[in-house]
Amino acid sequence: MHFSNFQNNKTMKKFILFLIVILIIIFPTIITQPYILHIMIMVFIYAILGGAWNILSGYAGQVSLGNAMFFGLGAYASSVLWLFYNINPWIGMIIGGLFAVAFGIFLGMPVFRLRRQYLAIATIAASQIIMTIFLNWEYVKGASGLALPLMPNSLKHMTFLYGKNGFYFISLAILIFFTFVVFVITKTKLGYYFRTIKEEEDSARSIGINTTQYKLVAISITAFFSAIAGTVYAQYFLYIDPNMVFSLRVSFLIVLISAFGGTATIFGPILGACVLIPINEMARMFFGGAGRGIDLFSFGILILVVAIYRPAGLVSLFYGKEKLAIRENLPGKDGKVDGENENIES
Amino acid sequence: MNLAVIFQAIINGISIGFVYSIVALGLTLIWGTMRIINFAHGDFLMMGMYATFWIFMLIKIDPLLSCLLIVMPVSFGAGLLYYRVILKHILKREVITQILATFGVGIILQSIAMFFWKPDYRIIRGNILSGTFRFVGISIGIPQFVTSIICIIAMLALFYFLNRTKTGLAIRATTLNKEAAALVGINIENIYYLVVGIGISLVGLAGNLLTNYYYVFPNVGMSFALFAYVIIVLGGLGSVKGALAGGLILGIVTSLTGAFLNPAFKYIAVFLVYLMVVVIKPEGLGGR
Repeated sequence: MHFSNFQNNKTMKKFILFLIVILIIIFPTIITQPYILHIMIMVFIYAILGGAWNILSGYAGQVSLGNAMFFGLGAYASSVLWLFYNINPWIGMIIGGLFAVAFGIFLGMPVFRLRRQYLAIATIAASQIIMTIFLNWEYVKGASGLALPLMPNSLKHMTFLYGKNGFYFISLAILIFFTFVVFVITKTKLGYYFRTIKEEEDSARSIGINTTQYKLVAISITAFFSAIAGTVYAQYFLYIDPNMVFSLRVSFLIVLISAFGGTATIFGPILGACVLIPINEMARMFFGGAGRGIDLFSFGILILVVAIYRPAGLVSLFYGKEKLAIRENLPGKDGKVDGENENIES
Repeated sequence: MNLAVIFQAIINGISIGFVYSIVALGLTLIWGTMRIINFAHGDFLMMGMYATFWIFMLIKIDPLLSCLLIVMPVSFGAGLLYYRVILKHILKREVITQILATFGVGIILQSIAMFFWKPDYRIIRGNILSGTFRFVGISIGIPQFVTSIICIIAMLALFYFLNRTKTGLAIRATTLNKEAAALVGINIENIYYLVVGIGISLVGLAGNLLTNYYYVFPNVGMSFALFAYVIIVLGGLGSVKGALAGGLILGIVTSLTGAFLNPAFKYIAVFLVYLMVVVIKPEGLGGR
């Protein structure tokens, strides 16, 4: 045997991946039901959001529970520019992304001094504040939301009133590009810095890594791609209000997609979105307003099961035994608890 | 601005501040001993409120009576169950696992409330505690007043328990050093059960008291929990006195923001306080 089992496996995997990508690209020509395509678009958008969360919280370990704020800022930035200043949504998408990056850095500078739990609290609080501001801000029409102008179908204006194919390919293209970016990050120094910050922050600092700076890099990438997904979302629905984009529900869903699929993996968030978003959309369709809470309930159960029984996520089902053992044996299991040397007083 | 308005706002702030303190106390106890931040804390508060509300509506037991008789014991039991089913399994896990698991419990509680009771705002009418009285030109709501007194009693009782009884001292010993506490013969497992039980029953008490004058809805816990997180950071983690001081400060801050700016902006004021504290004095006001 010339080929070792390992290499064989790798070519096989590449081939399967290639097949899946081809299948996804020709998908809209085979299946034309708008509802299915709608679910696929939502899967792509949430896969980007989950993946973006994964950079900051999965790889760099800075758990954010308020990622909806970047999503919403992106959606609002491009919509306001389009509606009030007549700036093309494509340009608005980039401006919105940069705006979210600026906000992320502004937020990150003070809060990245905090250890994990405090950081999570700070991100919830920040997202709540942003939502409160947008709900009470006359300029963006408060709770009644913004309706975007109806334009004739054109790629230039990111408007496709008839058919879903336009947004299917736009969101797919962004997802593929984003996945490529994540792949590059994991293969370069940056990815290793992130992982070091996650596993051993103090050691990272002691060998001269400027941890705050790399956390800011992480939040910038996260904010940028979340905001881009926000613009696509706003253009797709042609309407946004603060509850659609800023609510805690969105933040939960983002965290859950990534945690369910597998944190700190490239395909985890995509897998998570493929499983959870259809459930979410179906629950909305079948139960509607009457059965509110059923979808939340199933999310809660899923979070619990994944957190307690399979911390490595769904993607670990595809791992071999060795890799699983490495991933499951994460720090914290040896009895070391974070923040052990905090001050305590009673 | 009128001086009476300021005083009124401060008094209102203090009365809600006591409730914030009680909520934060449960959180800070659990954090202190187990090093887990309970992200479902606000949802336990919400459940306490719904329990009180439905006990009053269905079997006509006033919140004032159901407090010691039903709500607190039941929440104590819920706390034990919570520890047994969830917290026990995530004690030594990664931080993200702890956050996700406690968060998941919160989502489940919220969805249960959402499913059975709909997102309507409900409030009790015709309970014993109602009306207001005036005191040197400031009107004080009777429910708020009685609530504050009960909160003070509860805090004194907890303080006495932690500092003067053997079990309380065992809890404090565990907080300071787990290994040493285990060495001198303290059963850490039992302490954990007890602490989660006490923590959740305190939150049940807060929910019960709040129901006297506050709206009940499935997301009500969110804002209280957020404030509690800020309070325990403000007051120093694991500190009882710090929780009291932090609660009062936050109550006054939110109340003044509500009076002078817009009640919707109280989150912003609270978050600014949080940022200021973590940046300037990360160990909290009560910390060394």
